[in-house]
Amino acid sequence: MSQPLTREQHLNLYYYMQLNRQLEERMVRLFRQNKIVGGLYSSLGQEAVSVGTASAVEKRDWIAPMIRNIGALLVKGVPPRDIFTQHMAKYTSPTKGKDGTSHFGDLKDLHIVSPISMLGDLIPVMTGVAMAGRYLGQNIVALTWIGDGGSSTGAFHEGLGLAAAQKAPFVLIVENNQWAYSTPVSRQVPVKNLADRAVAYGIQSSIVDGNDVVAVFNNTKYAVEECRAGRGPRLIEVKTMRMRGHAQHDPAEYVPKEMFDFWKSRDPIVLYEKFLTDNKIWDAKTKSELDAKIEKLLDVDQQFAEDSPMPPPEFAAEGVYCDGCHDISAEFKRPMSEVTPPGSGIDITYKLSDFPAGMGDAASVLKSANGGHSQHQKPQQKPQQHADAPRPVLHANPARQPNTVQQAKPAQPQPAPRPAVAPVPPKPVPPIYPEDEFVEPERAAEPEGPRVPFGRGPKDKAFRDTAEAKVYSRVQKGRNSAVPANGNSKNFTPKSPAKNFSKSGGAKSFGKQGGKSQGKGGR
Amino acid sequence: MASHFATPTAAPAQTGVTMVEAIRQAMMEEMQRDPAVVAIGEDIGAYGGAFKVTDGLLAKFGRERVIETPIAETAIIGAACGMSFLGLRPVAEMQFIDFIACCFNQITNFVAKSHYLWGAPVPIVVRGPSGGGVHGGPFHSANPEMYFVHTPGLKVIYPSTPADAKGLLKSAIRDNNPVLFFEHKYLYRRIKEEMPAGDHLVPIGKAAIRREGRDLTILSYAAMVHTSMEAAEQLAKEGIDVEVIDLRTLLPLDRDAIITSVKKTNKLLVVHEDTKTGGIAGEIAAIVCEGAFEDLDGPIARVTAIDTPVPYSPTLEEYFMPNTEKVVAAARELAKY
Repeated sequence: MSQPLTREQHLNLYYYMQLNRQLEERMVRLFRQNKIVGGLYSSLGQEAVSVGTASAVEKRDWIAPMIRNIGALLVKGVPPRDIFTQHMAKYTSPTKGKDGTSHFGDLKDLHIVSPISMLGDLIPVMTGVAMAGRYLGQNIVALTWIGDGGSSTGAFHEGLGLAAAQKAPFVLIVENNQWAYSTPVSRQVPVKNLADRAVAYGIQSSIVDGNDVVAVFNNTKYAVEECRAGRGPRLIEVKTMRMRGHAQHDPAEYVPKEMFDFWKSRDPIVLYEKFLTDNKIWDAKTKSELDAKIEKLLDVDQQFAEDSPMPPPEFAAEGVYCDGCHDISAEFKRPMSEVTPPGSGIDITYKLSDFPAGMGDAASVLKSANGGHSQHQKPQQKPQQHADAPRPVLHANPARQPNTVQQAKPAQPQPAPRPAVAPVPPKPVPPIYPEDEFVEPERAAEPEGPRVPFGRGPKDKAFRDTAEAKVYSRVQKGRNSAVPANGNSKNFTPKSPAKNFSKSGGAKSFGKQGGKSQGKGGR
Repeated sequence: MASHFATPTAAPAQTGVTMVEAIRQAMMEEMQRDPAVVAIGEDIGAYGGAFKVTDGLLAKFGRERVIETPIAETAIIGAACGMSFLGLRPVAEMQFIDFIACCFNQITNFVAKSHYLWGAPVPIVVRGPSGGGVHGGPFHSANPEMYFVHTPGLKVIYPSTPADAKGLLKSAIRDNNPVLFFEHKYLYRRIKEEMPAGDHLVPIGKAAIRREGRDLTILSYAAMVHTSMEAAEQLAKEGIDVEVIDLRTLLPLDRDAIITSVKKTNKLLVVHEDTKTGGIAGEIAAIVCEGAFEDLDGPIARVTAIDTPVPYSPTLEEYFMPNTEKVVAAARELAKY
């Protein structure tokens, strides 16, 4: 159960969001001065996502950012000079000029896995991190981000599938910033909410307003705690908006002006400044002190980067292999006897009890199918309740919800326990896309009102309870109906007898030969 | 080295050990020695893997160390990579090495580049059954090693004998770099060999001279080493004394062994089961031209598979693959120079 945020936590959220923004503003200037090598990918308008999520993990936890999650790097402890030097390809950068942008990591201290341009690949990687942390008894959580665009990759599906099957302590932040380069979400994904997909993996999910940093923080904190308690993985869809083009070269003329206008009015830093003032968490003096601290830090670090040398050319040839330059060791925080024989030994025979509902459930599914009904069963079981959750914003498939429920009290203040001070109540949101861009066959008969892209259902308790019920029982259903699969089509056993070896006897004599020449091989 | 290592088991010398058994021994011994070693792959648990290589591991080491995955090769490699960041040494199995194409991106773009770019070593092993000659058809017979030999940051091993397979796999597991370990499925149960006693290790990157000779060098690896040995015995009857070198490791390549042998015999024939264009024979020819051009008495010859997918029908596959007769014929021609 998370506590209300302290004043220090609130001020930290502001500090890192503002640091993120000011750092990037400076890099835009450096880009225009031709001091940035390569591209510059702005996270303007998305600072609350990077900062709110990364603030919810602990030092021991592992993160793998995407290129725009510079705020997450800062929160985790990366100094701004590393971001400057990386973008300027300097020898003093974490990669010493071998890679740019926010493509760097730190395994030993900060527990950051480097981003990779092939989006989605970090999802299986961080699943592995989560699994290894659990195996070693470190009680860590692994967290990574994926965009609306990256959520279409195969690695997303494979990674999330493995994480779900392994119940890994893994949190996936789906950062829906409305655009994959120039392609809007509606042209990529035929579901209204990317979080809808979590149901298919049998994992819990939630949707959060990505421009409300406190909401992002609380939501992530809850997910991280759930994972640490062994109830992972979890997916959080964060709705926000990319306020610049894909990179500096892209003027983003494909974005409707009204869309920029709307999201500009919901700037996460402006909203949060107002929140801090309205709730008397800070005063003008505190703000100017924080801003001055940021300014000073960035002055020093930018200067450091500008003064830094480029790498010596021949450095390009170094470091392809680890020739003992790294000491690789695993830190076990559990008894070794559990993971080594005989303690690690198990009975590998599967029993009927390994399939929770036995054959009965499969039979009922088949019977239902024969009766001409859909195999998707109506939810029957009472879901588990997380009474202690600060904001158990469970999410159900909206296609199965009457529209009226979705729209119930969209602007109602938050009833769930929140930080000492309530955040800005969400405003009603005007439609962003024409309704006909979504394919929603099951909702065709429902009268359509103005669409509310976020801030709807999850903040309404009545909706939440229904949603929770449906999600839980659907998940349960998916698990129970597992029918043991038949053999794998990949299985293949060579049948043909040996041809050459048997008749010549070469294998036998060869064996001796091989053994004899073993030691002097290579000369 | 970490203090959690167990004392290496003092295995006695054994006779008649197959390749499958040798690989299984390597995994057993390394998992026993170091709890950081885990196995991950499809059907490697209760069933013991499609070829039973991992048979017995699950019962002994449990589900946390023998991890059965969905059919998702990208997830297997990604997870192995992520585990290695916390100091584990995962051994990932491709059920057939052909399926490594499904995780090509994960291996070549993330695993191979991590150490160079951001100083993150990825001590994983990716192993699986490869190669043709067993009528597995176009999706179960591939030799995809050269895609990875062309990827800086990886190591590529392709052994030809049980003792090498065991010793090289143990070295690969202890290596700090990502190693691709190809196991020729034709050899899995067809050859048996004496297994040296104790903690048997074979160094990565060293070729082995399988047969000493004066007239001509045949360079090969994996199943084709055996074909080359048979050819060498036939050629010996014709008075051609052939030296056979088993590369064992394709990346890094043992350049010294290649150059030394060519300087001795002055003629080079490269034999591999991989297809011709872009096969390692071309690279070896370039190495010899760079390092021993003036020692050559004849053109560098190669016997390889033809440039097609691996066909299914036995008659077609026979035509596709190199065999003893093709090697003998090519060596005879080369010996005439």
